[in-house]
Amino acid sequence: MEYKKRIRVLIAKPGLDGHDRGAKVIALALRDAGMEVLYSGLHQSIDQIVSTAVQESVDVIGLSVMTGAHLSISKRLMQTLHDKKLSDIFVVVGGVIPQNDISKLQEIGVKGVFPGGTRFEVIVDSIRALF
Amino acid sequence: MGVAKYIKNQADGVEKVIYQSGIEVKPSYGPKDLEAIGFDYDEDLGDPGQYPFTRSIHPLGYRSRAWTTRQYTGFGTPQDTNERFKYMIANGQNGLNVAFDLPTQMGYDSDSPQSEGEVGRVGMAVDSLQDFEIAFKDIQFDRIGSGLTINAVASIMLAMYQATAEKFGYSKETISATPQNDILKEMIGRGAWIFPVEPSVRLVCDTIEYSVKELPRCNPVSICGYHIRESGATPSQEVGFAFEIAKTYIDNLVGRGLSPDDFVGRFSFNLNVFGNLWEQIAKFRAARKLWARLLKEEYGVTNRKNQFLRGLFGGGGSGLTKEQPENNIIRGAYYGLAAALSGAQTTALCSFDEAFTIPTPRAALLSLRTLEILMEEVGLRDTVDPLAGSYFVETITKEMEGKIKEEMLRVQKTGGMTKAISSGYIQREVARQAYDFEKSLQNGEIIKVGVNKYAEGDQPDVELHEYDDSWVNTQISRLKELRRTRDNREVNRSLKSLQKTAKSGNNVMPDLVDCCRAYATVGEMTGVFRDVFGEWDEPCLF
Repeated sequence: MEYKKRIRVLIAKPGLDGHDRGAKVIALALRDAGMEVLYSGLHQSIDQIVSTAVQESVDVIGLSVMTGAHLSISKRLMQTLHDKKLSDIFVVVGGVIPQNDISKLQEIGVKGVFPGGTRFEVIVDSIRALF
Repeated sequence: MGVAKYIKNQADGVEKVIYQSGIEVKPSYGPKDLEAIGFDYDEDLGDPGQYPFTRSIHPLGYRSRAWTTRQYTGFGTPQDTNERFKYMIANGQNGLNVAFDLPTQMGYDSDSPQSEGEVGRVGMAVDSLQDFEIAFKDIQFDRIGSGLTINAVASIMLAMYQATAEKFGYSKETISATPQNDILKEMIGRGAWIFPVEPSVRLVCDTIEYSVKELPRCNPVSICGYHIRESGATPSQEVGFAFEIAKTYIDNLVGRGLSPDDFVGRFSFNLNVFGNLWEQIAKFRAARKLWARLLKEEYGVTNRKNQFLRGLFGGGGSGLTKEQPENNIIRGAYYGLAAALSGAQTTALCSFDEAFTIPTPRAALLSLRTLEILMEEVGLRDTVDPLAGSYFVETITKEMEGKIKEEMLRVQKTGGMTKAISSGYIQREVARQAYDFEKSLQNGEIIKVGVNKYAEGDQPDVELHEYDDSWVNTQISRLKELRRTRDNREVNRSLKSLQKTAKSGNNVMPDLVDCCRAYATVGEMTGVFRDVFGEWDEPCLF
């Protein structure tokens, strides 16, 4: 299958938590799948993440949240994107996510939710399917 | 997680077994293998308690002294933490290991905007001396040792520990604290760093220098291969990188005019026990030998006791799974076995529910009982280094030694550990190993019971620790009250003095103790450092 466009993804780590193993592993997996991948680095605020996304003209922001704060962080990101008229940037979320929260994240506009242990091909296919 | 790769070989039906560090294991070993590696008892092992301490740092091993058990404790309010401390001590634990929440680890007060939603979540919230006074109430500072699991602001926490002990009437010479204080490993994995590499290393070494001069019973640094491994590194990288980090601190202190013999005896290591049993045992035995040799040959350390690789061998967090969580109880027992067969001096096990949440008291106690069963019931203390002389174990111990040296050489070729971290080399190496591991898990080359083999249908759901933030307001109002009632002139004076010292390059510890005594907050003291040192601009390569 041929893709017309190289999908650009920003993997982002919001907040104080520094566990970035999952974020980096996914970054490598998406890059191996042919996407252009940037990694935000740690301790990023929502504003910093959005501003990097704009500067680097990414198509997708992938949030990695391990602390249990995924709902509030995702809400704030979606709101900021909406306020800045950047809703064409897709948001996906990975990390420690209980099953019950998947639909809650989808309801606020998150396009893909990938709890820890999700197979790489599932994540890659879901992101490709957005385009 | 992390075990060996088992690769099918159709031709002879024997699977290929390759350990994470790259050691290939044969189906059987014999005397010829020892000949092939040039095994020499005196050179490679020595008697227990004899250089190079491959077998043990003590001549009698656990016959003379059982291991110290130190489960990781501390969450929420200082009051909760105090209760949990007393519970663990009443149940036979002989050292404390204190967990701090993320705002404290990152140097923010509980009422800082950055702290929102994180106060007390993964450990105890500490804003000022007042919190330590509550958390350590009725703890006998001269009898119970405390591990302070904090790094970027470890200098502040050690100063606060001293100030608290003095307030309760203990002299600083009698207190025993082990701040983790290994900032370089935070930059490789775990990520609780604040300042750039150079001032971060300076703060670590200020703490060590101060302890050498003022706190005779404190071990001011615990070098953590542990978290590097949790981030994806192999066992040989775990030890090799830890040793290169240790060399960075030693070189800084030597540059201050200290002799390694004055301080290396205070270094301890925190190393991981999960994964293939034999590979871990080989790793610990090789590590003791290499550390002693490194200190003797490269740093001229002559005092025998200063050549010991001391530390906590334990944990095993990333070996645990959310799937079939009861399996983690069994895993914990085997990780404890690995620690015992490796001659661990201090140990602690991750609790079986830790893949989900902060351990419940019952789970933490079960980990403690697991260790007690191994030591007092099963017979792990009967004789020292029981695997010595095994054709297999001695062969792979020697091979592991070579693998660790290779990793150290790679770091040296990039210009040493600070350069290897500033450039992002180490972080990239570790991330690639983590990726390779995940791929092997997904394609079945690495087996994880209950995850990619013997799985039971439905994916388990995660249950998050109920984070009760109802008390956060109490913590914040207590902090606000403190800011109002303390002697703010004394606070400002001590903070100004701290700023001057931070700029001058002199040791910041005496000023930090002064600031703590005046009830300056963690956020205020860290704020001084943030102004003077700036923050680290992390290389985002992967």
